[in-house]
Amino acid sequence: MDLYQQLILDHSKRPQHAGLREPFEGEAHHVNTTCGDEVTVRVHVDGDEVKDVSYDAQGCSISVASASILAEEVIGFSVEESLSTYEAMRAMLTSKGQDPGDEEVIGDGVALAGVAKYPARVKCALLPWAAYTDALVRAGVDISTVGGQR
Amino acid sequence: MSSYDVQQVRADFPVLQREVRDKPLVYLDSGATSQKPASVIDAERTYYEQHNAAVHRGAHQLSEEATDAFEAAREKVATFVGARPEDIVFTKNATESINLVAYGLSNASAPGALDGVPSEVAERLRIGAGDEIVVTEMEHHANLVPWQELCRRTGATLRWFPVTDGGELDLSDLDTLVNERTKVVAFSHVSNVVGTINPVAPLVAAARRVGAITVLDACQSVPHLPVSVTELGVDFMAFSGHKMLGPTGVGVLWGRAELLAALPPFITGGSMIEQVFMDHTTYAAPPQRFEAGSPNVAQAVGLGAAVDYLSKLGMDAVREHDKVLVQAALDGLAKRPWVRVLGPTDVEKRCGAVAFVVDGVHPHDVGQILDDSGIAVRTGHHCAWPLHRALKVPASTRASFAAYSTVEEVEAFLTALDRVPEVFGVEVA
Repeated sequence: MDLYQQLILDHSKRPQHAGLREPFEGEAHHVNTTCGDEVTVRVHVDGDEVKDVSYDAQGCSISVASASILAEEVIGFSVEESLSTYEAMRAMLTSKGQDPGDEEVIGDGVALAGVAKYPARVKCALLPWAAYTDALVRAGVDISTVGGQR
Repeated sequence: MSSYDVQQVRADFPVLQREVRDKPLVYLDSGATSQKPASVIDAERTYYEQHNAAVHRGAHQLSEEATDAFEAAREKVATFVGARPEDIVFTKNATESINLVAYGLSNASAPGALDGVPSEVAERLRIGAGDEIVVTEMEHHANLVPWQELCRRTGATLRWFPVTDGGELDLSDLDTLVNERTKVVAFSHVSNVVGTINPVAPLVAAARRVGAITVLDACQSVPHLPVSVTELGVDFMAFSGHKMLGPTGVGVLWGRAELLAALPPFITGGSMIEQVFMDHTTYAAPPQRFEAGSPNVAQAVGLGAAVDYLSKLGMDAVREHDKVLVQAALDGLAKRPWVRVLGPTDVEKRCGAVAFVVDGVHPHDVGQILDDSGIAVRTGHHCAWPLHRALKVPASTRASFAAYSTVEEVEAFLTALDRVPEVFGVEVA
């Protein structure tokens, strides 16, 4: 099966940037009610830059790997770039396998492309990203330019 | 066992003939919902094709037939659990059955709601501040949240029996937990996660000593064990149709006659009335008082066919078959030291389901690997979040069985499970 790419297993076993750190301006706790997976995401934003994303992810390999990839792909980028990355991830994950993902935009996120064929798991992969955008809102960042939230 | 031919049983279930991911379906999620034999599907179809009409409105032939079919189903269900048909209420599902009792009890506190009810019965139904409702840490959310809500509405206090590390009820504080303030003791007959068969007798005895009402969630026992309300001695019993080879959309509440007779309605409207005036209404006797609106006739008829099917197999034989399956699963899992089984290890103490964890691998991932081999199991908290917290696991994987499950399926499940340490790099030694 193409779901468990080595990259996913690596990220889930050694999640990058894991742990909850200070300082942060926004924090969000999201739960997948069907399985009890939980993730807490903190964002530290300075001007337009995402200085840090820290998190505590308790869940399946897909949700933990997705949190790890999220941190890798948004730390050090502008808020706008991070939201484009989120959009690209979401488009790939909800494409039912039609969108293989662009490595230029989502980096290791392409390893999660196989998730799109398993509707029950899409929510696992999106959980940390949903918490991230929520944490941005709580940090007072305007994310209204993100597709579907206008 | 010689009379129990599981292959013959399987031939009666159309869905068991299909494939998943190019492999024969191995359906080990019957605890969530069971598959349906052709006779159940046919009973619903025949009802719609031949008899469909409004029930209890006997002005024409079809209506008579529909009413007869509906009431015959009630009689079958009643006989199946050792009850009288007039004490059987058809609901949407077991969740509604439990809510019917919980809301009936809170409605009983309204002014005048118990007028004409014998005082000793009225006393049992009145719940307020200072009273206590006792549940267990093992409950499905359906037998927990309605009681939390009843406490919130009435000011009563919720208390609960803890669960041991071995997945059994800890009854060591029985006489403290069930005391003169206790009004309701609600508990499951069989755990939907760990499969533990709970000891009903001591709980019923303790509740009786203080006059508390017992409510039994029998969703996971009725499909697997011979169950008789008279033998159990509880006051209310809820179970669902779809877990016992019947259709979705129909559940059952059995209640002790004098309590049903006194309990105010939960859902009101048509079909549940005696006389209606502009300013007030008098209610029909049970069970109609608790079946407001157009009932789920076709589903009840389907459930009647499911009861016929199970009766033909014989519940003693179904129980014996279940024991063989549970034992095969327990034995196979015990040979895999990287698997930790939740709940009792003695097959006499459990039925229907085997839940487990693979340390270091999330149940969702375990379930995904099994699904890849065409094996359907349940992963997650199984609507019993507090139980998982008590057992100190975030979630679990559950293989659950029904009358049509086979030892070969258990073996296929065990073989597929061996891919888990392979994929996720778990030490198997």
